[in-house]
Order: sequence, then C-alpha cells, then structure tokens
Amino acid sequence: MNKLMTAADVVAQLRDGMTIGFGGWGPRRKPMAIVREILRSDVKDLTVVSYGGPDVGMLCAAGKVKKLIFGFATLDAIPLEPWYRKVRESGALELMELDEGMWQWGLRAAGMRVPFLPTRCGLATDVTKLNPELKTIQSPYADGEVLLAMPALKLDVALVHVNVADQLGNTLIQGGDPYFDHLVARAADACYVSAERVEERLALTPDQARFNTFERYLVKGVVRAPCGAHPTTCAPEYGWDMGHFKRYVASAAEEGGWQAYMDEFVTPGEAAYQDKNGGIERMGTLPLPVF
Amino acid sequence: MSNNTDFTLAELMIVAASEAWRGDGEVLASGIGVIPRLGASLAKLTYAPELLMTDSECFLVEEPIPLGPRGDYVPKYSGYMSFERVFECVWGGRRHAMIGPTQIDRFGQTNLSVVGDYRKPKAAILGVRGLPGNSINHINSFFVPNHNTRVFVAGEVDMVSGVGFNPARWEPGMKQDFMDIRRIVTDLCVMDFEGPDHAIRVRSLHPGVSFDEVQEKTGFPLLKAPEMGETPHPTAAQLEIIRRLDPHDLRGAQIKGNPPGIRVAA
Repeated sequence: MNKLMTAADVVAQLRDGMTIGFGGWGPRRKPMAIVREILRSDVKDLTVVSYGGPDVGMLCAAGKVKKLIFGFATLDAIPLEPWYRKVRESGALELMELDEGMWQWGLRAAGMRVPFLPTRCGLATDVTKLNPELKTIQSPYADGEVLLAMPALKLDVALVHVNVADQLGNTLIQGGDPYFDHLVARAADACYVSAERVEERLALTPDQARFNTFERYLVKGVVRAPCGAHPTTCAPEYGWDMGHFKRYVASAAEEGGWQAYMDEFVTPGEAAYQDKNGGIERMGTLPLPVF
Repeated sequence: MSNNTDFTLAELMIVAASEAWRGDGEVLASGIGVIPRLGASLAKLTYAPELLMTDSECFLVEEPIPLGPRGDYVPKYSGYMSFERVFECVWGGRRHAMIGPTQIDRFGQTNLSVVGDYRKPKAAILGVRGLPGNSINHINSFFVPNHNTRVFVAGEVDMVSGVGFNPARWEPGMKQDFMDIRRIVTDLCVMDFEGPDHAIRVRSLHPGVSFDEVQEKTGFPLLKAPEMGETPHPTAAQLEIIRRLDPHDLRGAQIKGNPPGIRVAA
C-alpha cells in the first residue's frame, strides 16, 4: 500500500462544484501547496468549508469559490483577510456564515453519519435568519427546549496539512494545537494530506504516536510538501511569513494585483515559489509568532 | 487610596476591565486584545487567583504571561487548552470572555460580521466567529477603544452575531438563562446592563468625561447608575503589575494618541 501522490494528482481528483473542506485555522497550518495547485487548475464553482485564512482569500481572489461555509476569515496579526474582504464586499459569494461551534458540529454530524446535532449556538442571531435552511428542533424530553439542529456538513474532499505522514496514510500533527483537522477528515468522502515529511512507514514511541489525530483509513492520498503550509504557520517548525502576507495584502489594493501575485508566486510552480520566498531553508525556519 | 495621577487612559481601562471578572470563581478568563488580556491578567494576579488563563495559544498558565517578545521569561504551563477544549469550556459555560465587537446595540447584541447590507456589505469584518455560541453559553463583557455612534448604533446592529436581551429575537422554548452580559469598558466610561429590563447604564465615568458626552456618542438612550461616579484610578501596585505584564508597552498603542488617564478639560 502506497498512497503517495503529487499535489497535481490530488487536484486531478477535484471536480467543478465540489464541496471541499480545509484543515488548519486562519493563518495556521493551511494546506497551501495544494491550494496553490488548485489556483493553477481549471477547477471552479467550489463550495469551500474552512476556518478561513489565506486559503479562503486566495481561492476567492481566483474566482474559484461559489459558496463559502465559514465562521471567519483572517490573517490574525493582520485581522482582515484582504481578498476575502474584497470579494465578499463585491456581493459575489453565496454564504453560509456559521458560529465556529456550529461549523465543527456540522462536520461532526457528517463524520458520525447523523443528519444533525443539536446546539444552542446560533439561536436568536442573524445566523439562523440568514440561513433559512437551518431548522430548530424541540427536545423530546420533559424540558422541551428548542435547539438548533445543525445539519451535517458532508464534504466531497478534505485537504489537510500535517507535519509527518507515511506512505500508508498515517499522520502526525506535532504543533501544540491540532485544530479540527480530524473532523474535516472524518466529514469527507476522500481526505488528502500534504506533509512536511513523508516516511515509508512510521515506527514511533508512545509519546510520538499521541500526535496522530485521525486514522489512516480516512486518508486517500499523501503529498510530500516541505514548507507546504507557507505562508501560514506550521508549528513547531516554522511561523507565518509576515513579509509574504504583506505582499499578498498589498495585491488586493493594486490594479491587476491578483494576476501579478499569480504570475510572481503561483503560476511558475512550487519550486519557483520556494525560490521566490528565499528557499526551503528560510521558509522552514521562520520564527513562530509569540503572543 | 492612591493619589497616583501619573497613568494613561489605557492603564485606567485595564484596571476597569479587570473588575469585570470579580466574583466569577473558577472560570476561563479570555481577554481578547491587549487591554482585555492585561485586565484579565491583572485580575488573576490581584483579587482573582482562581481564574483560569491560557498563554493565548493552547496551554493553561497559573502565572499570566507578559505580552510580546519574552526575553528570558519562560512560561510555566499548568494544563492544556487547545481550541477544541475551549469549545468544550464554552458549551459548559465556564468562561467569561471580553471581546471588542464592531457594533453593539442597546440590547447588548453584537456584530463582528459585516457593516451595511449583508449581501453586499460596505465593510466585511471577520465573520461571526464564536460570538453566537459564546453569547448564548457564558458570561461576556465588551471592550470599545473608541466610543462613538458607529459602534453603539441606533436600532439593531447590522448583523446580529452575538445574542442579547432583545425579546423579538427569542422564540418560545429557547433557553436564555445561560446568557449573561456584564460590562462594557470604553475609552469614556464603564457601562453595565443592570437597568430595568437589562437597559444599559453608565456605571462610572473616566476622569474628565461627562455623562452628556457619553450620551452624545451613543446611538441609544443611556441610564445613569444611582451610584455612578468616577472610574477608580489605578493604584501604584496595579500599575507596577501592568508594567511588568506589558514590558514592550503594547498598551500604549491601543488608544489613539495614548492620552493620559486624567483628561485635561478642552
């Protein structure tokens, strides 16, 4: 069994109109090498499900997003995600804007194969008013409480970036916070992971093995992608690239800015991308942010 | 009492923010942003050591971590609080967060999503984030660095992200009991929701600020708390702690012009 493939192989599996979930959180451990490969492709009309960072912003900038299912989009240190903002303000996006908790509840429901999970999150807000497909349900027990029935968010494809993987699809997320990648993986028909390092077969100590957060039977393909989260963080190895973020943010204010960003960083391919950003050596040693 | 008059408005607001957590017991204190975080840290280091805090990433600490580059300071972790654990905490109600919404209305409803029309907004902000879930599950307070009518809007906020005391938004059977909005700390005053039917009251005015000025910069009518007085000045001991927690003076960049705590009459 060998699930090794390239980012281009992954993107070849994508179809117009698919619902795609992204791991990570804001500007943290996003599968950016695969995102860049999507940007190079003809795939379009995607429904993007993400705790959004530059994955959301870049896919919006490139006109790949038909619908966004999200709780936020941000670069954190730069609070407003520039391309999300620009495209959102143009009125071009279909939206399902959800509480962060509802978002993961929907993925959990999908992973558990139930139609919905009950929650209070979202009641009495515009989230329910703006998304009339979200229904309430009354508790069948004595309390009779009215709750929101968060529907399952089933994904066609999940894309996740991890620190280490093996060719069988075993994965390790070694940063302090694993975020919700396990839920993204479970909600999808097919999960593809990119990894900083890919080994033939992991042979771990118990302490190391605890960083495995979802099972390999969920993983359909493994992509070797050193610095594949750049310009987002990949703790504990490297931090975000603030210089690159600034360049990216500036592109949203420039005439033809997105095309220029594509020409400079994306279109020439991943090797050129690394050269443009000072090489793996620099990218892989960017300091982690301190809060 | 201290007669210390050498403090900034930001420092006064940090002390005012810290008061929000008084009496909460063992809850996770989440101060989002420099001043709320310093407020929570100050509370924990003075009257509320029982509060739980994180390193603003995913570990719990019993000693609040100074902001910014740490030099030779090494955090001492006491537990783990990944984002997933934070949600467990939120849903269980053991948290008091202080956040800075883009808009707040007279019901305490908040907006972090968009300004203007939802479909084609004048400004897209962050998205609702965790506001719907936070607001309906645990205690919240708000921080406003620039008190004006664009923040404290007339009518409802443009996109209700966090719930409030607006009866029209609550349907029969929905559980409102876990909602609890405590304080609003602004650059002009401290407010609460302790008026009739949770109407917003001015609880204290910062030195040199009048009630009329606050009212003029608020899009809805305010009440005066019967005990309304001046916001307490930081003590020398509090200032010492604040300076230790914020060695790079990040607080100095939070309020435009970093004005003194005692306003000189215009």
